[in-house]
Amino acid sequence: MPKMRMNQAIAAGIADEMRADASVVVLGEDVAAAGGPFKTSDGLLDEFGPLRVRDTPISEMGFVGAAVGAACTGLRPVVEIMFVEFLGVALDQVSTEAAKFHYLSGGKVTVPMVVRASVGAGLGFGAQHSQTLETWMFATPGLKLAVASSPQNAYGLIRSAIRDPNPVVVLEPRVLYATRGDVETGDDQLVQLGSAQLAESGDDVTIVTLGAMVRTVLEATAMASWSADVIDLRSLLPWDVEAVLFSVERTGRLVLVEESPFTGGWGVEVAARLAGEGFRHLTAPITRITCPDVPVPFGKELEARFLPSAEYVVSQVDELLATGSLPSPWWKKKESR
Amino acid sequence: MSSVPLERRRALQTDRVERFRRMVEIRSFEDRVKDLFAEGIVHGTTHTCQGQEAVAVGIAAAARPTDQVTCTYRGHGVALALGVTGESVLAEIMGRVGGSVGGVGGSMHLCEPEVGLLPTFAIIGAGIPVAAGAALTAQVNGTDDAAIAVFGDGASNIGAFHEGINLAAIWKLPVVFVCENNQYGEYSRIDVTTPIEDLADRAVSYGIPGVIVNGQDPDAVEQAMNTALARARAGDGPSLLEAKTYRYAGHSRADTAPYRVPGEFERWYERDPINTFRARLIDEGVLTAESAEQLEKAVGGALEELVAQVKESPFPEPAAMFRNVYA
Repeated sequence: MPKMRMNQAIAAGIADEMRADASVVVLGEDVAAAGGPFKTSDGLLDEFGPLRVRDTPISEMGFVGAAVGAACTGLRPVVEIMFVEFLGVALDQVSTEAAKFHYLSGGKVTVPMVVRASVGAGLGFGAQHSQTLETWMFATPGLKLAVASSPQNAYGLIRSAIRDPNPVVVLEPRVLYATRGDVETGDDQLVQLGSAQLAESGDDVTIVTLGAMVRTVLEATAMASWSADVIDLRSLLPWDVEAVLFSVERTGRLVLVEESPFTGGWGVEVAARLAGEGFRHLTAPITRITCPDVPVPFGKELEARFLPSAEYVVSQVDELLATGSLPSPWWKKKESR
Repeated sequence: MSSVPLERRRALQTDRVERFRRMVEIRSFEDRVKDLFAEGIVHGTTHTCQGQEAVAVGIAAAARPTDQVTCTYRGHGVALALGVTGESVLAEIMGRVGGSVGGVGGSMHLCEPEVGLLPTFAIIGAGIPVAAGAALTAQVNGTDDAAIAVFGDGASNIGAFHEGINLAAIWKLPVVFVCENNQYGEYSRIDVTTPIEDLADRAVSYGIPGVIVNGQDPDAVEQAMNTALARARAGDGPSLLEAKTYRYAGHSRADTAPYRVPGEFERWYERDPINTFRARLIDEGVLTAESAEQLEKAVGGALEELVAQVKESPFPEPAAMFRNVYA
């Protein structure tokens, strides 16, 4: 099996879809001649030419809007947003136009558009280039939302997203672009949007996570005295509630590990659903392991402290298992601040 | 393949009397919608376009049904001109199952791909880059179809205007940007919000033609559209047309436009597009005063029948809200 970095796997997935379907086009800042600021479209211009692979001005509202119009009329645009924060100036086109057009056309128009964006902290880019922001898009019927966690999943998710008849946002943890892993390519490797992956099996607790935190959680379980079902959601819209319920029925404990603020992170939705639908299976309080409610700090040690670490995940789950009650987050424990 | 919307479009494209009839249809339709709103039969909000009929009809006369049009929430006139039926538009405004999008959209949300009407936009300016994208499809697929963005003067101050036109200009996309300058953005007169008088001047900064058009005259609009569309289809890129026109109605709903400059309405009404075009067709011998009057009466009669019919038509079942969320 070939080894690829995650950025290469993404470019490979896009290229496979471009070969299969002449209506797939790629738009974004520096995606053509430069092959993408993170090299996620390397080689596409050479193979598919300037009609289908285009550098845009720094103008997200313009080119995301153009992607919406192109998608409505027969193309399958794949748009790159260099840092997810830049989607802020184009969010209207994603949440209010693209996500509503099928509905507001009585089903006569579809918007098969993909918006890819790099997300997350860990590389010292500071508060305006390090957020994950999945919740900007989460409460948006009509939209699909996926988060990559590995080269293999990134390959499968981007291909499925391009094939989907709906607008899909695919978030790619920037810190993982350079991660190498085995990547099986081909049509069998598509990842169904809305399907979670059991990244590891265990008995004591169900840990639900996604994106860059999958790696952190797997590091945690490798050093822990307990074992866990580690569920990588891979998609948030829709999300695989069945997979989580199925696991919690067996373990009785649910822990969410999120690279997002404590208040309003995606885990709130998962926790609420499971608190209701999984109530009778739960033997311990649902525990959320998140970032604190602060902007992402720049200083190297501050940023490392800000992100949930493997050691932190171990200690929080240790405490949950030992006491049966909800562990406080580190920033509420006086000794840790 | 033919359909009522396509036939209505062809009729307008080949027959000047039909263009007159359509302008009268739009005017009476909008007047009636305003009444229906006042009567409480139309709920929510509605934005009517009395006074701007010539822009809609001129665009529809020039564009092909395969050209893609994005337009605003003040879109009843453009939809009717493009060929969408009165029944489809009115039923949507009244939230009925027979509406353009099945009653889930309302006054601001019409759509008819058969005649090139993409979902209409309730967000100011949003349709401008989307039209550029529809033009991108034509360019990538190598067809000579074009796209047309119809928007108001207010939209010329929002980022999407600048970004959409800039993108279309650098890629030489086959698109025509039509600004209906009706002098008011919501409740504010244009001189309060905009430092220049002629919005067509903004074309200079994108290196494209900026053309001022008499928006009270469907022939002038058609001509300017023909020039801009020919340029677009030839691969020479976009144009910006500024159709100078006037909004007789307020911004929305019950707005009576108390902010209007005194005497302004009267000055514009002297150049009323329907009166002017009627006089021209009579001059040309295409219509007589009597035949014009009969035609207008017939349009009024048909509208009353339509209103009665739509009033009797069913509202959507609750299940309708769950349809078409995802494809």
